[in-house]
Parts: sequence; C-alpha cells; structure tokens
Amino acid sequence: MALRIDSNTKVIVQGITGKEGGFHALKCEEYGTQIVAGVTPGKGGQLFNNSIPVFNSVYEAKDKTDADTSLIFVPAPFAPDAILESIDSGIETVICITEGVPVNEMIKIYKVAKDHGVTLIGPNCPGVINPLEKCKIGIMPGDIFMPGNVGVVSRSGTLTYEAVDQLSKRGIGQSLCIGIGGDPVVGTSFIDVLDYFISDDLTEYIVFIGEIGGIKEQEAAEFLKSINNTKPIAALIVGASAPKGKRMGHAGAVISGEYGKAESKINSLKDAGCHIIPHPGKIAEIVEKIINF
Amino acid sequence: MKIHEYQAKELFKDYEIKIPEGYICKNKDEILKIYKTLNDEVVLKVQVHAGGRGKVGGVKLVKSEQEVIEFADRFLGKGFQTAQTENEEFIVNKILVEKVSQINSESYIALLVDGSNQSVNIIVSPEGGMDIEEVASQYPESILTLPINIITGPTDFQIRKINSFLRYEQIYYVQLRKIIRNLYKLYLNKDCSLIEINPLIQNNSGEIIALDAKITFDEDALFRQNSVQGLRDLSQENLVEIQTAKLGIKYIQLQGTVGCIVNGAGLAMATMDVINGSGLKPANFLDIGGGADEHKVSEAMSAVLSDQNVEVVLINLFGGILRCDVAARGFLVALDKYNKKAPELIIRMLGTNSDEGKKILSKSRYNISFAENLNEISEILITKR
Repeated sequence: MALRIDSNTKVIVQGITGKEGGFHALKCEEYGTQIVAGVTPGKGGQLFNNSIPVFNSVYEAKDKTDADTSLIFVPAPFAPDAILESIDSGIETVICITEGVPVNEMIKIYKVAKDHGVTLIGPNCPGVINPLEKCKIGIMPGDIFMPGNVGVVSRSGTLTYEAVDQLSKRGIGQSLCIGIGGDPVVGTSFIDVLDYFISDDLTEYIVFIGEIGGIKEQEAAEFLKSINNTKPIAALIVGASAPKGKRMGHAGAVISGEYGKAESKINSLKDAGCHIIPHPGKIAEIVEKIINF
Repeated sequence: MKIHEYQAKELFKDYEIKIPEGYICKNKDEILKIYKTLNDEVVLKVQVHAGGRGKVGGVKLVKSEQEVIEFADRFLGKGFQTAQTENEEFIVNKILVEKVSQINSESYIALLVDGSNQSVNIIVSPEGGMDIEEVASQYPESILTLPINIITGPTDFQIRKINSFLRYEQIYYVQLRKIIRNLYKLYLNKDCSLIEINPLIQNNSGEIIALDAKITFDEDALFRQNSVQGLRDLSQENLVEIQTAKLGIKYIQLQGTVGCIVNGAGLAMATMDVINGSGLKPANFLDIGGGADEHKVSEAMSAVLSDQNVEVVLINLFGGILRCDVAARGFLVALDKYNKKAPELIIRMLGTNSDEGKKILSKSRYNISFAENLNEISEILITKR
C-alpha cells in the first residue's frame, strides 16, 4: 500500500476545470503539493490558472509529467471511469473525493484496483495530508494541521478536522492524516491505514475515529490484537445517539444489527488495547494524557 | 430508497420468483370484491414503509366479510406505528390481499453489501419468520453468510451449500438456484442495497415461494434507475426530508428538542452525541453538505425551525469551502422569515471567515450563546436541561 505521500509526490487532478476541482487544486498547491497537471476530456491544451497544463486523458498527463498520484473531483456518474482510467494509465495512488458513487460500481472498481496493485483511497473521502512534508492531496483546510507524530485515520472529513483542530490547539502535531471515506465500499480500509501507521517510524501515536454501521471497526480491533500492537491508539466512535435503520449521511452508517452499534465497536477496541475517547470534545485531552503517561 | 412489499413482489414476478396470488387494494369495496373471488380465507397486509407490521396487527388472516371490514376500517387512511418506527407514523393507503399459502417450512434469505469484504453477500437461515436480529443473537450458528464474487455471480457450489443449510431436500436445488440467480440479477440490474425475503417458504405443492418481500435501493444509483424512481411513494416519507434532499441537505427528523445544523456527516453524528451526553435529545440529524451557499444554509435553518419540538438550535460549522459569513447571513434570512418566537441559538464556528460570521450573528436581535469548542457546547447545553 503506497499510503505515504510527500514532497516528491506528483499529482494530477481529474476534473480540474470544474468548480470544486479547480478550487482545491489551487489550495493543495498553495499548501505545498506538486500539482503537475489537470485532466478534463475535451479541454486539453489549456493552462489552468495560467500555470497548470490540462490534458485530455490521464495517459497523456502521466506521459508528459511523470505523475504518480491522481486526485479525482469528477461528478459521481463519471467518477468510476475516471478511477479506472487512472488505474489503467499506471497511476500508483488514486484519491477519489467524489461523493455519491453507486455501491455496485465500487465493488467492481475495488477488484480492479486490487488486481493492479493500485492504492485507492475513497470515494467520498477528504483525502490525505502529510504536514511534515507539506503535501496535501484532498479538501481539508490546510491551516489547522501542524507537523508532529500523531497519525489520524477516520471515515469522516469534518470529524477529522475536529480531531486535528483539537490536537493542534494543544500543540500536538500530526504525521499523516487519512480520511478513508464514508461509503460501504472504499478502496482503503482502517486495517490498511493502521498497518501503515504501526510500521511508520514517524508516527508514534494514533487517533482512530470510527462510526456506527458495518463491522469495519471490529475488524480493525481484531487486526490490532492479531499483531499484538503496542503503539498507543486513542479511539472515538460516533453515532451512539443515532436511531436504528436511518441513513446518517454516510451510506455506510446505517446500523445493521448488534454489530453496527457504537457499544459493540467500543468494546472491541477496548479489548484490543485502545484508549477509548468518551466524548467527541475530549480527543486531544486523551491523546495528551497518553503522551504524558 | 424504500418501496412497498407489493411493489417488491411485482419486481419478483418480473424476475420469475414465485409469490402468492395477491391483489393491491385502495378501499374497502376493492378488498371485499377480492375476498369474494378468493373465497373463505385471505391474508390482509397493510402497505407501509415500516417493518414489524405483523406484531401490531397489520398482517392478518381473515375468514369473514365482517373481519375484512373491521381490518379495513381500523387501518385504511390512518396512521400506523410499529416497534421499529420510532414514534413516526406511516399512513396506510393500500392493503395487499393475498391467497393463503400452506407452509411446510420457513426460511430467511437476504442480499446486501458488506463493506468488510467489498462484496454483495447472501445471508440465509433456516429460522425464517422471526426477526433476523433475534435469530442472530439467539442462534448465531443458524445464519450462513456467503460473499458473491462480482465476476462469477453466485456459484453452483455455493447454492448447493445453501440448499443443505436450509435443510431443503435435493429436489429443491434447481428451484433454489433459479431464485438465487434471479435475485442477484435483480439486485445488480436495479442497484438494490437490500433484498430480503422473510419468510421464504416451501408449500404443499413443492414450490418455493416468497411470502414476504423487502427491497431498498442505493440512493446514489437512482440517477441511472428511472423505473425505480417511479416506485417512490412520497406519502411514506417526511416532507421536510424530501424538500431538503432536493438541495443536497441531509436532514432526518428525530424526537428531541435540540435542533442541530452541522457540515459533514461524521461531525453531525458527533454533535448529536454531544447533545445526548448533555442529557438532552437531538431533534434532528442535519448535514448541510458541500458547497453550501446562503440559500442552502437558510433552507437548512428553516427545516430545523419547522419542527415544533425544537427549543434550542445548535450550529456547529467547520468552514472550508463553506464560508462562515455566508452561512451567518443565511441563518438570519431564515430566522427573519420565521413568524414565531425564534428559539435560542448556540453557535460554534471555525475556519473560513468565522470571526466575520460570529460578528454578523452577534449584532442580530436573536438570543445567541457562542461556544469555542465541543466541550463549551456541552456546558451551555447542560444549563438548558
């Protein structure tokens, strides 16, 4: 899994001529990311913002710029094809921000990405940011992050920002923050990210933010137990107050049976040695306690 | 997106999955007419978007005209609640009248996506006819889950395994194979997110029949499913939820007194937890969604204000693309239009132009408490208990 992004990562933005794609391409560049090209079929030959070359296809963009990563903003009906084109062009890491991709499409795309050994993050995710190397590939507000040694992983965008804002305000910096996305089928799992953080020397502490629905958090807990993890992890599960069977924004967050409930997830994570964050307002407080322990 | 049982059964018919002979009726006369042609006994089933109908009398075997009339008078045109509806009422506009089936065995079968294996899964149990959640907790060994490979579809060996797990005799294998293959086709063709048959029965004539039917669809795929969109029954949905959804706002009405407006689903859930942790209850879930402008923000506020139970409105915004000053103006537009006494507001704003946003709001005539973080929100909420 090529989850690491850094100052050498070269990024193309698929959908750069759209409103959101354009806005965030510039924000990423401003933060320090190398945005080397944009792709919009039919708009090749233009210069976006008088500086970023736009190509008709990912093949062309990759050929001319040697990009290794793509960031996708194209609308949901066309996002599956955009991901497939990136995979087929030999892009190593694909980060799909687009929300609303049909689940049945993602089942197929997940398989294709795995078969090609491509790291797919998302869809419906905020992206990845490395504050140490000043590289941001996503839509998060860059100014709340600060360099440090805490890795953050979450299914949710704004909840990641909440966690980071709390951490930075207490002077606790981050090594890498990844939003894996809120959909039922996403390219990168909690386990993939935890596995990376645990082996990453720059990450000394981990903040894990899960939510109701599915059994992804329990599987992450099983994984932590199976490898006898010793890296300190602070875990928060949100959605305990959500009613059963309702879709709380994220399609994956419909509680289905006992496993989907917050309580079941919290117990599994506790059992795996995680420090449970009892209240969404106490994320940084718990991390600080762990650090000072 | 949910549909009614009778609509799900019509889809089953299209996919050659056997269902009981049945007719959908809108009034008492229609039901009586069908009752007379079917003779003696029929099963009446209220059609609402809610599970657990049987336990509150919404599914009934009737044996006389008198019973038919009683059932129709009791339910038609009236609000209906079950243990699963969380105090929400669903209006009964239609009743399904079915011929009685002889039942030799009752099983459970469902198709749904499980994110942990990135596949559609087929779930079966020989313990049909009861809540699957109850089966899962009491007899976990009687549930079998098999992932379906997206390339091959359900395979023969998997179906043989299911046939024996359901304790079906060998002779049923061919029938079961057709059912499972066709259910899977239906699942993919129509972009379902759940197909559930509980119970799937064997009758006296050696047929496997879907006695009940539940289908939900992936909302994210509706853009390419015109025929599915046509199955939507707006009378079963919350009006405010429908209106806000058109603007890309995800609003779900709940039962509490603290209305909330948040950007991002995860933060919205966390905010609800904060409200609960303070000893109060959220009146709604609301995720404003990306790219909100003044109009969208104002509509979100109006949706929250339209709920009579709301006593306090909590705003928790992480400004990014959404600028807090724009949001502040949007909130004021909705509050100024509101013709009753505005509820108290608790506001926490962070990120893009948040200082400006707070300034705009603090100059307004409304009763506002500002909070810097989630803990301060808790502290203020506790004083409102």
